[in-house]
Amino acid sequence: MGDPINSIGNWLESILLGWGLPAGVVSAILALIGVVVLCSLLLVLDIVLVWVERKVVARFQDRLGPNRLGPFGLIQPFADIIKLLIKEDITPAGADKFIYNLPPIIALSTVLLLWAVIPLAPTVLGGDVNVAVLFIVAVGAVGTLGIIMAGWASNNKYALLGAFRTVAQMISYEVPMLIALLIPVLLARSMSLQNIVGAQNVWFIFVVPLAAIIFFISAIAELGRAPFDINEAESEIVAGFHIEYTGMKFGMFYAGELLHAVTVSAVFSSLFLGGWHGPFADQFPVLGVFYLLAKAFILYYVIMWVRYSFPRLRIDQMLGFSWKFLVPLALSLLIVVAILDRILVTSFQVQASTPLYAISMLAANVIIALVTVLGLRSYAKLERKRFPEDRPVAIAPEADFKELIVQE
Amino acid sequence: MVMQIIFLIVAVVTLGSAVMVVTVRNLVHAALWLILSLFGVAVTFALLNAPFFTVVEVVIYIGAISILMIFAIMLTRRTMQETGRSVNPGWWLAAFLSLVLFAGLLWMFSTWDGFSTTLPDLPAGVDQVRELGIALVSPNMYVLPFEVASVLLLAALIGAIVVAWERKS
Amino acid sequence: MIPLSYYLVFAAALFCIGLYGVLARKNAVTILMGIELMLNAVLINVIAFWRYRSPDQITGQAFAVMVFAIAAAEVAVGLALFISIYRRRNTIAADEIDLLKW
Repeated sequence: MGDPINSIGNWLESILLGWGLPAGVVSAILALIGVVVLCSLLLVLDIVLVWVERKVVARFQDRLGPNRLGPFGLIQPFADIIKLLIKEDITPAGADKFIYNLPPIIALSTVLLLWAVIPLAPTVLGGDVNVAVLFIVAVGAVGTLGIIMAGWASNNKYALLGAFRTVAQMISYEVPMLIALLIPVLLARSMSLQNIVGAQNVWFIFVVPLAAIIFFISAIAELGRAPFDINEAESEIVAGFHIEYTGMKFGMFYAGELLHAVTVSAVFSSLFLGGWHGPFADQFPVLGVFYLLAKAFILYYVIMWVRYSFPRLRIDQMLGFSWKFLVPLALSLLIVVAILDRILVTSFQVQASTPLYAISMLAANVIIALVTVLGLRSYAKLERKRFPEDRPVAIAPEADFKELIVQE
Repeated sequence: MVMQIIFLIVAVVTLGSAVMVVTVRNLVHAALWLILSLFGVAVTFALLNAPFFTVVEVVIYIGAISILMIFAIMLTRRTMQETGRSVNPGWWLAAFLSLVLFAGLLWMFSTWDGFSTTLPDLPAGVDQVRELGIALVSPNMYVLPFEVASVLLLAALIGAIVVAWERKS
Repeated sequence: MIPLSYYLVFAAALFCIGLYGVLARKNAVTILMGIELMLNAVLINVIAFWRYRSPDQITGQAFAVMVFAIAAAEVAVGLALFISIYRRRNTIAADEIDLLKW
């Protein structure tokens, strides 16, 4: 009763079998219908995201955002899309045609591919791959490939430079993301996302919050959003690797980036926020879909919040932050979690997902975080001592302007 | 029947793009054909019921090694166009040698009685990824090659940085 | 349905194409691409033998993991060497790097 998606699927299957089709063809047709429905819903969601992004950025910047087209500016994304569709489709001279047209397709399709492994409900899942976590990393790596193809095929040295920097950033942040992804895998004893969600009686963000933070930061850097958006910063390198893409091809890059943010939020929710867990999600699986999307959107709001609050990092600061800070922190966290897990399970017979286990892991995470913060403070003090000269302060000396100051 | 058609398509795509890798003139095109053939190899692993190796192939080969090769190609070009011959003068000898080796391998396989083994069933209830993980860290299984491979990767990492370091002189 | 012979012939063909690439091409990065094709052929062979001859033992998969690690290490060092050679000699065509020829 509470699972309309599977009920409709079974009803369709019985109809198709009644028409006399073999069972293999029937399951293939049902899978195809599922793929088409999911992708259509996601692409419609993408249109809504354009509106959400512009309204939220406007409110963060203390203005109203689009409010002329339709009530609350809801028709604005359609106007944007029509504008992109009727733009002239230019291919730069000397560009490699096939390689030039491929990256927009790769940018959007790798994002849609990620939704195949995200568990939407206890019974609604694209495919229960038993290496789903690695699948997510693999698809992210293919997205990186699309960017370098875009940069090279544009026959433009600024596009190539932008592509190099983007790919260097993405590869650098794949390492801490992968290490931080291993920690929920370790806690849940499985790489399948459905098993990780199923193992979260206590949400993993309360068990290993530091891993969640590391994954969150690395994921924002993988997305290429601020404060890590040196690649497409309009004020710096004039749109980076997609500088030569016009019209709907640029639209696909833009839409792919927005949808990627929601996809990464959904992955984070499955890994750390309990996925489809929520009140009554076991009896009514369709509520699980609602909970997952709610958590994904809350996290998407946090990603946008981070975007519009922090200044941009330089490329060397960004790479240094990844290699010199995040990777050692993630590695030491992985070692501590693994050792603690082994000690708790074998010596003290504490099983996973019991409160004692969760509290010990939480204590270990808090200790590591405190040690890191103290280490950073002493490092900062050391850095300040290295530059002991007074920094010039910009105040106007009064003596020069005495005669200009009007005496009341 | 369906499996045979799928295997045929995958084999044709992989071998075709491998031929394009070794014959195409433009280096970046060769790298992209290599990526396509590596995808084909990854799909072959999926056909062989080894899903872990499918995703590991995509992550390592396509996500890291291919990008590294594309970077190296772009950093070591003299001009934007490739001029001159792209093959050695003795290329026909290399082709002949490859064909001889292929024929030799086929003949050697055909004299082996295990050549036409049919597909046995996988042991049921065994999680392959878990077994692989246990095998790689078990003291009476393969922990020693695993650790040696880790040291090898560390040495390659440090060595690559040292070799490609730009001396500021 | 698919006997082992199909995979072995496929891997042998891939290996020979890679061998042609190593022997016949001038540019060093293309030679490295041929080496990668040969390593992938070896991987297909190892996994096919594991699947068809001893699927109950995990040895085949552990062997394949070692081949992956070695391939990655070799590509990293090889490309670093190419970049270093390019800086000094301004070329990476294999027949132009001939200082040791007599």
